[in-house]
Amino acid sequence: MKLMWFHLMPYTELPDDFNKKHPSVWVDIHSSLFDPRRAHHMYNDFMDELEYAAEVGFDAICVNEHHSNGYGLMPSPNLIASSLARRTTDTALCVMGNSLALYNPPTRVAEEFAMIDCISGGRLIAGFPVGSPMDTCYAYGQNPSLLRERYLEAHDLVKKAWTEKDTFAFNGRFNQQRYVNIWPRPIQNEPHPPIWIPGGGSIETWRWCAEMDYVYCYLSYYGYKAGQTTMQGFWDEMEKLGKDRNPYRAGFLQFVGVAESRQQALDLYTEPAEYFYGRCLHVDPRFALPPGYTTEATQRAGIEGMMTKAANLANPSTKAALKATNMKDIVDGGYVIIGSPDEVVEQIRHVATSLNVGHLMMLLQYGNMSKDTTKYNTRLFAEKVMPKVKDMFGDWEDKWWPKPMAKSQRAAVPAYLAAE
Amino acid sequence: MSELKTTTVEVNGFPCRVWTKGQGPKVGFLAGLGGLPRWLPFLDELAKTRTVIAPSLPGYPGGATGHTVLDTHLDWVLAVRQLVDKAGLGTTEQGGCDLIGASVGGAFAAEMAAIFPGHVKKLALLAPFGLFDEAEPATDPWAQRRDAVAGLMCADGANWSALVAPPEGANSVEWPIEMGRASEAAARAFWPLGATKLEKRLGLIAAPTLLLWGEKDAVLPPSYAKKFASGINNGIRGGTRIETVPEAGHLAYLDRPQAVARAVLAHFG
Repeated sequence: MKLMWFHLMPYTELPDDFNKKHPSVWVDIHSSLFDPRRAHHMYNDFMDELEYAAEVGFDAICVNEHHSNGYGLMPSPNLIASSLARRTTDTALCVMGNSLALYNPPTRVAEEFAMIDCISGGRLIAGFPVGSPMDTCYAYGQNPSLLRERYLEAHDLVKKAWTEKDTFAFNGRFNQQRYVNIWPRPIQNEPHPPIWIPGGGSIETWRWCAEMDYVYCYLSYYGYKAGQTTMQGFWDEMEKLGKDRNPYRAGFLQFVGVAESRQQALDLYTEPAEYFYGRCLHVDPRFALPPGYTTEATQRAGIEGMMTKAANLANPSTKAALKATNMKDIVDGGYVIIGSPDEVVEQIRHVATSLNVGHLMMLLQYGNMSKDTTKYNTRLFAEKVMPKVKDMFGDWEDKWWPKPMAKSQRAAVPAYLAAE
Repeated sequence: MSELKTTTVEVNGFPCRVWTKGQGPKVGFLAGLGGLPRWLPFLDELAKTRTVIAPSLPGYPGGATGHTVLDTHLDWVLAVRQLVDKAGLGTTEQGGCDLIGASVGGAFAAEMAAIFPGHVKKLALLAPFGLFDEAEPATDPWAQRRDAVAGLMCADGANWSALVAPPEGANSVEWPIEMGRASEAAARAFWPLGATKLEKRLGLIAAPTLLLWGEKDAVLPPSYAKKFASGINNGIRGGTRIETVPEAGHLAYLDRPQAVARAVLAHFG
C-alpha cells in the first residue's frame, strides 16, 4: 500500500486566546495575527519537512489549496510543488489539489500541472477538489449556486487541454476560449496524469469518480472512526456500479503521532493536536453553508438521515467526539492515532483494512508541532511503522499512481542530501 | 374581493406559480428574499382595490428549479420579462401595469422599468437590491448564523419566522429544501454583493417611482434610497419620491403590511 505524507502548513503561532478573541480561523481571520517574518521560517520549516518525508521513503508528499486560512498557508500549492519537484527525486508529488472553478481561465491549471509534471519527470498526482465553501464562495467570491457546474466544465476543459493534440476552440457555458493549446504538455500523457478527487460524502461524487475512473479521497480531519460510514457508502456504491474493491480506488487522511511509548506519544502530541482541533478548526459557522453549495440531492439525503443522526447525537460519547478539542476525546474519537510503533502499526492496519483504502495520507505535522517533533514523528513512522504495513494490498494493482520517466533518463537534481 | 387563484406559467420549460387575487386595475408584485411561501396580509390589503398578480421568480417557492438554467444577469432579466408577460402583467401595447418589487424582486422590477419601459406604468421599489457601496456596505445575507436570519430580515423576527414556518401538513423533507432553494436562487442572481451594476440602467427608468425603505432595514442601509433616487432622477425622465416606513426592517411588507400597502396605493393613485 501507499503511504503519503501530507502537509496542511498551519500558521503555528495563533495566540492562546485566539478562540475567545477571534470569530474564525478562516475567511476573516485578522491580518494582525500574521507575522510575515515568522511565516518565512514556517514555510522553510514546512518545506524541509516535506523534503525530509520524501528522503525517508514516503511514497508521496502532498500539498493542498486554502485561502484566507490560518491553518493552511498554501493559496498556491503549485508553488510549493514546483519547489519540491526540484528537491526530491523519486517521490510522487500529490497536489490535492487545485479548485478548478477558481481559475480563470481553467487552462491555467492544465498549464501549471503540466509544468510540475515536466519539471518532476512525470511524478504528479493531479487533485481536483470542488473546494470548501470558505475557500471558494467566501474568500474567492464564487457563486455557490454555480460552483459545481463551473467545476465540472473546468474539469472537461482541463482534460481536453491535456489530451487534444490540435489547437481547439472551447465554447462552454462559463468559459469561452478561441485557441486552447497548452504548452508545456504533461509527461504523463497516456492519457494524462492520474486524477484524484477529494470530496465529502456525496453519492454524486462517488458515481462520478467511478464513471471517470478517478481516485476518490475522503480528507476528513476526524479520523477513521468517523470515516467508516462515508467509506462504507463509497464501497457500497462501487459494488452497485459493478466496480471491483481495488483499495487503490480510494484515499484517506489520518493524523498520527508515534513515539517510543503511548505515554511518550501523549506527552509529545497533545499540545499540537489540541492546538489543531481547538484553534485551527475554530471556523465561524456563518461561513459553513452558502446557499446552493450543497446539492438538493445531498440535502435530501441529509434531512432524511437526520433521524439516525439524532439518535447518534443522543449518545453522549458520540456527541463529545464530534467537537472534541481535548486529547482524550481526540484520541478516543480516532481523530489522531497515537502510540508506540507497534500500537500504531496495529491501528494503521485496522484503518486500511476496515476502510479498504490503499492510499493513506498521513498527517504527521499538525497544529503547532515543531520541526524537531515533526521530524521525529516522520522518521519513527518511516523506520518502524512503514515496513510493517507496506505489504498490504499487494495483490492489487495501483492503476492510479504516477508513471514517471525512467530514472536514468531524468535530470540530475541538486545534491542536497549531503547536507543532512 | 375575488378568491385567491393559482395558475402556472412556463419559463424556459420550468413551471412558475402565479397567484392572482382582488379587483380593479392590475398590480404586479415581485417578492423579496424568501419569496412567497404563503399568501400575505400585505397582498390582501392591495387586493381590496387592485387585482394583485404575484408571479414566483424561478427557484423561489412556487417557482420550481428554473433558476438552474439562469447563468447570467441577462438570463435572469429575460426570465423575469417572460414571467411578467405570461402572468398577464400587461404588455407594451396595453400600456403596462403598475409594478411593485421588493428586495431581490425590487432589483428585477427596476430592470423591467429600465429595459422595457412600456411594461411599467408606475413603479414601487421596496428596499431593492442591485447596488453596493463599499463605503457603506450592505450586510451579507448569505453569511449568517442560523439564529441571526430572522432579525436580519424583519424588524420583528417573528414576522420572518411566520413566513417560512412549515404550514400544517407540509412535507418535512421538501419544505426546508424549498426554503433553502429560495435562498440559493437569490444568491445565484446576486452573489456576492447584491450588486448587478444596476446604477448603469437606473437612468432609463421613465415610470414615476416610489422608493420605500424600512427605517430599520438591517440588510440594505436606508441611505441606499438616495442612491437609487439620484440614479433615476438624473436619467431621461426622473420622478422619484423616497418614503421610509417606521418600525420596519428589510422586508417591510412583513413588518408593516398596512402601512406599506397604503404608501404604495397612494403612489399608484
